Amino acid sequence: MNDQLNYYARRAALGLISRREFIGRALALGATAATANTLLSSAVKAAGPQPGGIIRLGIQGGSTTDNLDPATAANFAATQGNLLWGEALLSLVDGGGLAGRVAESYEGSPDAKTWRFKLRDGITYSNGKPVTSDDVVATIERHAGEDTESGALGLLRDIDTVTAEDNTVVIGLKNPNADLPYYMQDYHLIIQPDGGKDDPTAAIGTGPYILKEFEAGVRSVFEKNPNYWGDYGYASTIELIVINDNTARVAALQAGQVDLIDRVPPRTAGLIDKNPNITVHSVPSSGHYVFIMHCDTAPFNNNDLRLALKHGINRQEMVDKILFGYGSAGNDTPINAAYPLYTEFEQREYDPDKAKFHFNKSGYDGSILLRTSDNSFPGAPDAAALFQQSLAAAGIKLEIKREPNDGYWSEVWNKQPFCTSYWGGRPIQDQMFSTAYLSSADWNDTRFFNDEFDKLLVTARGEVNTTKRKQIYADMGTVLRNEGGLICPMFNDFVDAQSSRIVGWKNETPGFALMNNSAPMRMWVKA
Amino acid sequence: MLTRIPAATILGFVFSTLFFLLAIFAPLVAPYGYDEVVSTGFWEPATSDFLLGTDNIGRDLLSRMIYGLQTTIWIATLATILSFTTGSILGFLAAVMGGWIDQALSRFIDLMMSIPSLIFALVILSIMPITITILIVVMGLLDATRVYRLARAVAVDINVMDYVEAAKLRGERWRWIIFREILPNSLSPLVAEMGLRFIFAVLFISTLSFLGLGIQPPQADLGGLVKENAEGLTYGIGAALYPAATIAVLAISVNLVADWILSRTSSLKGGRG
Amino acid sequence: MGLLAKLLAQRIALGLLLLFLISIFIFAGTLLLPGDVAQQILGQTATPEALANLRAKLGVNEPPIDRYLTWLGGLLTGDLGTALTSGQNINEALFRRLANTFFLAFWAAIIAVPLAIFLGLLAVRFRDRWPDKLISASTLSTISMPEFVIGYILMFILGVKLRWFSPTAVGYRPDADLLSRLDSIAIPIMVLTLVVLAHMMRMTRAAILNVMQSAYIETAELKGLSTFTVIRKHAFPNAISPVVNVVMLNLAYLVVGVVVVEVVFVYPGLGQYLVDHVTKRDIPVVQACGIIFATIYIGLNLVADLISILTNPRLRHPK
Repeated sequence: MNDQLNYYARRAALGLISRREFIGRALALGATAATANTLLSSAVKAAGPQPGGIIRLGIQGGSTTDNLDPATAANFAATQGNLLWGEALLSLVDGGGLAGRVAESYEGSPDAKTWRFKLRDGITYSNGKPVTSDDVVATIERHAGEDTESGALGLLRDIDTVTAEDNTVVIGLKNPNADLPYYMQDYHLIIQPDGGKDDPTAAIGTGPYILKEFEAGVRSVFEKNPNYWGDYGYASTIELIVINDNTARVAALQAGQVDLIDRVPPRTAGLIDKNPNITVHSVPSSGHYVFIMHCDTAPFNNNDLRLALKHGINRQEMVDKILFGYGSAGNDTPINAAYPLYTEFEQREYDPDKAKFHFNKSGYDGSILLRTSDNSFPGAPDAAALFQQSLAAAGIKLEIKREPNDGYWSEVWNKQPFCTSYWGGRPIQDQMFSTAYLSSADWNDTRFFNDEFDKLLVTARGEVNTTKRKQIYADMGTVLRNEGGLICPMFNDFVDAQSSRIVGWKNETPGFALMNNSAPMRMWVKA
Repeated sequence: MLTRIPAATILGFVFSTLFFLLAIFAPLVAPYGYDEVVSTGFWEPATSDFLLGTDNIGRDLLSRMIYGLQTTIWIATLATILSFTTGSILGFLAAVMGGWIDQALSRFIDLMMSIPSLIFALVILSIMPITITILIVVMGLLDATRVYRLARAVAVDINVMDYVEAAKLRGERWRWIIFREILPNSLSPLVAEMGLRFIFAVLFISTLSFLGLGIQPPQADLGGLVKENAEGLTYGIGAALYPAATIAVLAISVNLVADWILSRTSSLKGGRG
Repeated sequence: MGLLAKLLAQRIALGLLLLFLISIFIFAGTLLLPGDVAQQILGQTATPEALANLRAKLGVNEPPIDRYLTWLGGLLTGDLGTALTSGQNINEALFRRLANTFFLAFWAAIIAVPLAIFLGLLAVRFRDRWPDKLISASTLSTISMPEFVIGYILMFILGVKLRWFSPTAVGYRPDADLLSRLDSIAIPIMVLTLVVLAHMMRMTRAAILNVMQSAYIETAELKGLSTFTVIRKHAFPNAISPVVNVVMLNLAYLVVGVVVVEVVFVYPGLGQYLVDHVTKRDIPVVQACGIIFATIYIGLNLVADLISILTNPRLRHPK
């Protein structure tokens, strides 16, 4: 029976018989429907990527205010769209590490102060023009220049010189940084003709697709770039459809209006997974839902009070009730197993007695005001209510103030001493720490000023020995966990879902949604 | 006529009274606190401990609904009364006075209505402290513009009736004309409008949470409870339907009573009893 | 009729003045709002330098009066300017979305308004009997639920389970044929109809009942006319004014107030466009939308007033 079944599965995978017909024959041969489906999908994968067809992606986060300039891309829909038509020098690969895109290879000097990126030979933009090292220099100049609006500026501050040598770009740093190549895969730093200086929104790049239609916050249509250098890009057309409403996104997938969606609401994920035509993919990520305290503002300037709050939160309850199990408990550092040089700490548990002890020791006896909004993370007001209850058991009174969704990021976050917030992860520790926990960080949203921590970070940047670096990061984690202003109850998973119309999902991609934005170009339509 | 109250009206009265009593005595009636997390699970089905099951984070749904009813009824009733008195009195005044008073009032109302309510609410939010009182006043006044247009339209029609003309010729003052002639003869559409405005107010409170106005978590209003639990609907979990049904029953009861008042008003007009 | 023409001219002139005032109010209002466009564009991860650079580029450092006058000058020549955030021409994006908004509002109104009035008449005809009760209870139930809940329920049943219509409007293309466009908006139309039905139906019923208690209706009934004839010939014409006003309120809602339905069904209307740009503090777009919405309100109010005047008993039966 198995040979026969496999034979039919191969025929179905090649499109010689229909899926319905295959299932019918499989059932006739005594297989269950589930077995038949599994067989079919592995046969399809074995048959390899098939070119052609259309993949429609229902995506969250787009706004009618979006534009096509990679420098100002600030939401997931914009990022995903830009990464279809454009590429950075490097990209993350499955299982961690970096792969070359516009750059073919890279190497650093032993002191990690000079980095050379050798560009890929003979690749062209979608307008047919060749990519030059001058374009790369111009791109970095545009994002790091004095009059830039780029979201990547923070990453590029330490760059001293950028020069073009034939087909190589040389970046000289003011201080050593062993992680510089990771910065070069940032989604803002897409290589554009003349660095995008003359026309930042032209959407001309080296990506596997060419932008054909764009309506901000509604949809964009991409056609396969026939001259793409690499092997990504199987579907001949990709349509990105912005669907911000969670329920609508799921409904569109269920009804076959789209083939792939991101951000499946955790509460619904379990339900739609039961649908035989839909597969849910849940990937652990480094994104975290947090409560942040300003370490320099009373009463949070007292470390015992901070510890009281850290012991007074029930992390597992939040993972269960706010993330519906699609996530993992946090441990009051922004780092989790999604990072390359991760060291595990003993899990801090909910302990009302310890919370009470530290609270009494702090000498503070008033109530504590927490500001929140659904805009900080989905379910934030509910999480705040749970926090209030678990603190009440320790005799600590938490007062909740719901703030307007509108303007939360400009008026509450990074301004008020205690609020709910969200951090998307970064590919490496250095980037996360220097973005938010270094004394001089642009978004030091916990007002954490710690000399020891700062020194360790600088040491780590110049340390090329990974074992030693790992130890330094562990030490930094300890400092942050015991003294920082971050209460991190949970890391969220990224939950995506696809219909059985497309195949090719790979689960090894670390830490980010939609296979780190590569899903639309690495999946293909089943023949 | 007075002695024979229809069964539907009695039902309406009973439910309305019940809701108002529940609202007043919420802390005595509710089995648990509105903020108390009583279960480690969430969206659990009804049990003898939790008569309507638990909500999205494991609080007793029934208790939350009773407290929600309190918030909702309190705010919606006050806002409705405010919008009605302001809207209808100004509307009648404009109709009876006519001329430039009418023109000025009506165009001012046009202006108020024309400003998108999102912008209106955000501006208010940014220049005033947010308290329940301000919430009620803002809601009431925004709604009053709608009531004004209706009241004025009805009153203009009545204003030209023979009996009003007669009263004017008798030399009655505008106050007499408004309260003795116009008001009784326009009650029917106004009462119908009031019943609906009440529902709109109930729902409006919950939409304001988007703006961070009003109800602070872990407190909730009925509309807010629907929202909190709405995600369960596509999951086959009906927790959101209980508060929604409560709003519906509340709305129907209030409107049944309104209908009855409406039929009673005919006797005020000296028409058929 | 000369009187009417004069009134019309007067009201249009006043309307223009109102629009001018509204534009000032909205401009000043958006300036009062905390937060600025640069921060909103670049989001949580913006650096201070990037913010300052973007502000300079967008011209938001210029004095407000100058910015307002520039905008007003553009408006008078029919140019709504450029969006600060996306750099797009506002005219193009706005009118494309306005057309979508009108398309949805038109079909919802075409179904909802006649249906509401018919149900209202039916309720009066069978007053206090079961059809009246049934109509009242069911319409009141549907407006008791927030519109997104009705939306989710219908989307799930009609779109996902039964597959009768598209669950969302993601397939909506303005240049597609009418049938496929209607398929995209079928469920939104139903939701909107359920949302506005009760208000108009209850008002029709109440306004007619109000008139039905007048002495001349009694006379008409004594003449032996059937109930429907009495309603149609005598009661309804005298009840038009309040009904028209309520219909107008609901039409205005269908055009300017349906942002929730737009979001739930992913329909590219004007509401979402306005909300996105308010969030980003993109004043030129907010201004443009504000003027469009205000024009719609003022226009609808004007129409309602004109109909009220035309149907005023005094005008219809001059002494």
